Amino acid sequence: MTQNSATSAAKSKRSTARASRRLLLLVATRKGAWLYQSDAARKTWRADGPHFLGHIINHVVLDSRDGRTLLAAAKTGHLGPTVFRSTDMGQTWKEAARPPAFEKAADAKGRAVDHTFWLTPGHPTEPDVWYAGTSPQGLFRSEDGGVTWAPFSHINDDPRYIEWMGTVQDGTPDGPKLHSIIVDPRDPAHLYFAMSGGGMHESVDGGATFRPLIDGMEVVEGFDRKTVTFHDPHCVRICPTHPDRLYQQNHCGIYRLDRPSNHWVRIGVTMPHQVGDIGFPMTVHPRDPDTAWVFPMDGQTVWPRTSPDGKPAVYATRDAGKTWQRLDAGLPATQAWWTVKRQAMTADALDPVGLYFGTTSGELWASRDEGGKWARIAQHLPEIYAVEAALLP
Amino acid sequence: MRVLIPGALRSYTERSEAEASGATLCAVLADLDRQYPGIRFRMIDEQDRIRRHVRIFVNGGQVNELAHPLGAGDEVVIVQALSGG
Repeated sequence: MTQNSATSAAKSKRSTARASRRLLLLVATRKGAWLYQSDAARKTWRADGPHFLGHIINHVVLDSRDGRTLLAAAKTGHLGPTVFRSTDMGQTWKEAARPPAFEKAADAKGRAVDHTFWLTPGHPTEPDVWYAGTSPQGLFRSEDGGVTWAPFSHINDDPRYIEWMGTVQDGTPDGPKLHSIIVDPRDPAHLYFAMSGGGMHESVDGGATFRPLIDGMEVVEGFDRKTVTFHDPHCVRICPTHPDRLYQQNHCGIYRLDRPSNHWVRIGVTMPHQVGDIGFPMTVHPRDPDTAWVFPMDGQTVWPRTSPDGKPAVYATRDAGKTWQRLDAGLPATQAWWTVKRQAMTADALDPVGLYFGTTSGELWASRDEGGKWARIAQHLPEIYAVEAALLP
Repeated sequence: MRVLIPGALRSYTERSEAEASGATLCAVLADLDRQYPGIRFRMIDEQDRIRRHVRIFVNGGQVNELAHPLGAGDEVVIVQALSGG
């Protein structure tokens, strides 16, 4: 066997191994969480749920480092926020002993976490570390697998950051979100996060300090782009195999950043004019840094935030944003007025890549061929807030 | 003293009533949290404010301050207030 054919055979074997693994979709909704498990071909799906029926679940994440720890960010209409933890794939859940909460303030102005919005497992070299982003905007860290949480870094109480975060009135309707917490796979001390009101930020010293990373980003017309408060990132993703590249879906377009540059480039200008480049989620390819997907929405006039013209479609770029292709085969051709929220679109790591998104109308959609054709996995769920895909060991 | 627990919090107590002691509402809630870990934070935020959709009544009257004094014969009722949708 030649070296090339040996490499090819090894790749094929790896691909087959990957393809034989089962996939888990973690679906967080306004009324609970569901887990969907597929067969190896990703053709049939088995629903497990509801978990936490009636709870507002903003995010459910499987720890890819141990393949068994699930964390769920929860609250209810009446009760305050908490985090639940499972180590048996959701058969049993245990509440965090100390959920994310701000420091007690000396005066009456202290902030209180309304809900935990985002969960990110830490670096593989820090197996018990997790990060959480909240609303109002705060950054928290757990060093014991999500059992106890503490405020992390200086940003929660830093006067500059408090100013940049703005007030609750400056945020999204159900509160401003700290989201898109990213750990550089090469370096646990290299961190990013984004704030729906307050821009993108970076730390290179393990969170001891953060600084804004907003150069090149546009803001709403008439406002000063140098003012951090006016920046509204919706979703930021890092390319797993090329971590110097990040993509961002922003309130004001789609962007790419190639480090070490600090300058974001608006790649959404090449989207079809009638569709535009406004949306909530952004998803990256697990291996190809030139490939990414977005789900555009209507950002005109009063911002309906629905699929443009009621015709939902995913758009893909395979050349880092130079061109985009519409991917709507299998999706409703007309009169579908959904929104896909910022955490509600994701990709698996199989080959070809599977794509998944959940809608505000409670539908869960999947594609086994990188968006070439779509099929509905579930309908009649509550409004979907987040979808994550995980390969089971 | 007797503390009536609303449905939303019965996943902690597994019944509609609990017994707790303390000279203030704050102390009673701390005693409840000792018996049922996590229950206090679902009602009271980290700034010691009663959460927006939780109400607490003592002997039929609404109480807004955690420092409110309590006696052994008082009855505390925790209510899940309106939260729709």
